[in-house]
Amino acid sequence: MSLRPQRSATTWRFSRLLPWVAAAALLAACSGPGADAPAPSQTPIAAGTVNSVAVVTHGSPGDAFWNVVKNGAEAAGKDLGIRVEYNASGDPGQQAKLIDNAVAQGVDGVVVSMANPEALRPSVEKAVAAGIPVVTINSGESESAKFGAFVHVGQSESLAGQAAGRRLADARRTKMLCVIHEAGNIGANQRCEGATKAFGNTTTLQVDINNPTDAQSRIKGALEADRSIDAVLTLNSQVAARGVDAVREAGSAATVATFDLNSDVVEAIRAGRLLFAVDQQQYEQGYLPIVLLQLYRTNLNTVGGGTPVQTGPGFVDKSNVEAVAALVAQGTR
Amino acid sequence: MTVATKTSDTTQERSAGLSPLQRLAVRPEIGAALGALLVFVFFSIITDRFLSPLGVATWLDDASTLGIMAVAVALLMIGGEFDLSAGVMTASTALVTALLAVHAGWNVWFALLASLVFALVVGAFNGWVVMRTGLPSFIVTLGTFLALQGLNLGVTRLVTGTVQVSGVRSADGYQSAGWVFASTLDIGEAHIQASVVWWVVLTALAAIILVRTRFGNWIFAVGGALPSARAVGVPADRTKILLFMGTAFAGWVVGSSNILRFASVQANQGVGLELHYIIAAVVGGCLLTGGFGSAVGAAIGALIFGMARQGIVFARWDSDWFMLFLGVLLLAAVLVNNRFQKRAERVRR
Repeated sequence: MSLRPQRSATTWRFSRLLPWVAAAALLAACSGPGADAPAPSQTPIAAGTVNSVAVVTHGSPGDAFWNVVKNGAEAAGKDLGIRVEYNASGDPGQQAKLIDNAVAQGVDGVVVSMANPEALRPSVEKAVAAGIPVVTINSGESESAKFGAFVHVGQSESLAGQAAGRRLADARRTKMLCVIHEAGNIGANQRCEGATKAFGNTTTLQVDINNPTDAQSRIKGALEADRSIDAVLTLNSQVAARGVDAVREAGSAATVATFDLNSDVVEAIRAGRLLFAVDQQQYEQGYLPIVLLQLYRTNLNTVGGGTPVQTGPGFVDKSNVEAVAALVAQGTR
Repeated sequence: MTVATKTSDTTQERSAGLSPLQRLAVRPEIGAALGALLVFVFFSIITDRFLSPLGVATWLDDASTLGIMAVAVALLMIGGEFDLSAGVMTASTALVTALLAVHAGWNVWFALLASLVFALVVGAFNGWVVMRTGLPSFIVTLGTFLALQGLNLGVTRLVTGTVQVSGVRSADGYQSAGWVFASTLDIGEAHIQASVVWWVVLTALAAIILVRTRFGNWIFAVGGALPSARAVGVPADRTKILLFMGTAFAGWVVGSSNILRFASVQANQGVGLELHYIIAAVVGGCLLTGGFGSAVGAAIGALIFGMARQGIVFARWDSDWFMLFLGVLLLAAVLVNNRFQKRAERVRR
């Protein structure tokens, strides 16, 4: 015997019916997720004006690198009189929803970084189909045109990796530790692969960028465990500082090099503790797409002739660090 | 045939002499419902895009996968336990499906079945260890969480040499499986994702289980007073193990809809989301101490999350402040819940 009072019959009947109602609705009008279909063609648009552009990246909020991209996009918006909305999420599903959101808002252009291109594909194609021009930046170079974006602005990660590997090989190093800081980032893997291709003898190490203590001690541990490592390549400026400290604490003679800049990296290059930084000039990845969208929408101009616009690799080392230092401090390099 | 009573029923019984308004105020989901209404009205006024068909589809979509998990986590929390491995489970199941379908060449349906079995085994293991050892589920599932995170990365890199698995679109059976988990339902201009339908159906199912079945009584009983529940013959171990399997199952549903919709999965997906599920359940009126809460409330909690997340973007606020807003919002929701709960206690006395 249960102590349950009788609920009104109608609510019970309704709640029992609910799943069936939903199922019936699902059967009513439904379209599948779509298999490998060719990309939608950009609906030819007439020349018009650009009022607002949405920038959706995969950088986690507070990331030094993406802060520069954001500054670039906002500066371009200010210079051209365009409203720029910057949003970011490291989760690809969330990023896809942010793109959908921009389409729902009816922006005049979308700028997307595609760390996980497959996941963003439906949303990017939806934007293209809605007649909104898309520029991809930073990652997703090879999928950019396939999804219907009209240009990609970034740095080819494997080429940049190879350039870094070559420079370390030129510095007569023999064994490299490549430090990967984001488990889900394809670009990071491409950098290490490129560096390995040009350099040779390499081991990779996985660290967590959100936990600097852990990153530093893991690099230190790797150096202590294998004394023959004489080069450390980090893929991010925040990890670079940890790498420099780890080398010092481990009493290792390894040369440290990194991708990307921040003021710690500038200081370390000045002090001679860091050989060089591969600079992909990400300020351009924020600034240029806004300009390109403006040109495209107002004058139907395209740039690059179907090839990506390369913003890197540039190198910052002892020879040019002084000139770049002030620019890093103001958040534009 | 059980003597264990349920909180919500007790309130209903004792509140027989109360006004309808008071009766409403003692329901666990009332705080969340008011919060959702507030957030909804707020963003509708601030930005007209929020109520456009595309806009509605976007925030429902955002709330859906969170909601599916929050509902399962709410049942578990009413049963007095936590599952911290729920977030990473969404990635593990997607990875198992993707690896089998893409790299082993299985039909997607068989891959889905295999990942379902995997999820249920992990869920049962969680429940079994918790009940067997008497350790807090917080600790046990934290262990599972870390283990799964390592497995996700290790196995993915071992098999693919990279950290993402993609290419599901060209696997056998993708079309039909995709139709079930990742199709869109067009109502006018709004493209409603299949995950939204799953969310509604699973919420209804969970609500029915909770308030209409003997098993629902057992959930309240083992969460409210375990020794007493055992004393009156409630199969506590079976109940809790099933609840852990429930969160794992929800993880499988979300993982499957993610992999089939986005056609790729990253090894680090889902980390940190387990706290969002717990927050959504708590906003929906679940107590951290167990024995009180509602499935519908958890679904509404997820809805608040989705509306706020997308609403902030629609309102074109600077995304730097996003987390602050979310934190304040959640705190406010929980405080309101707390007030209502205290009132409910008073009414019951």
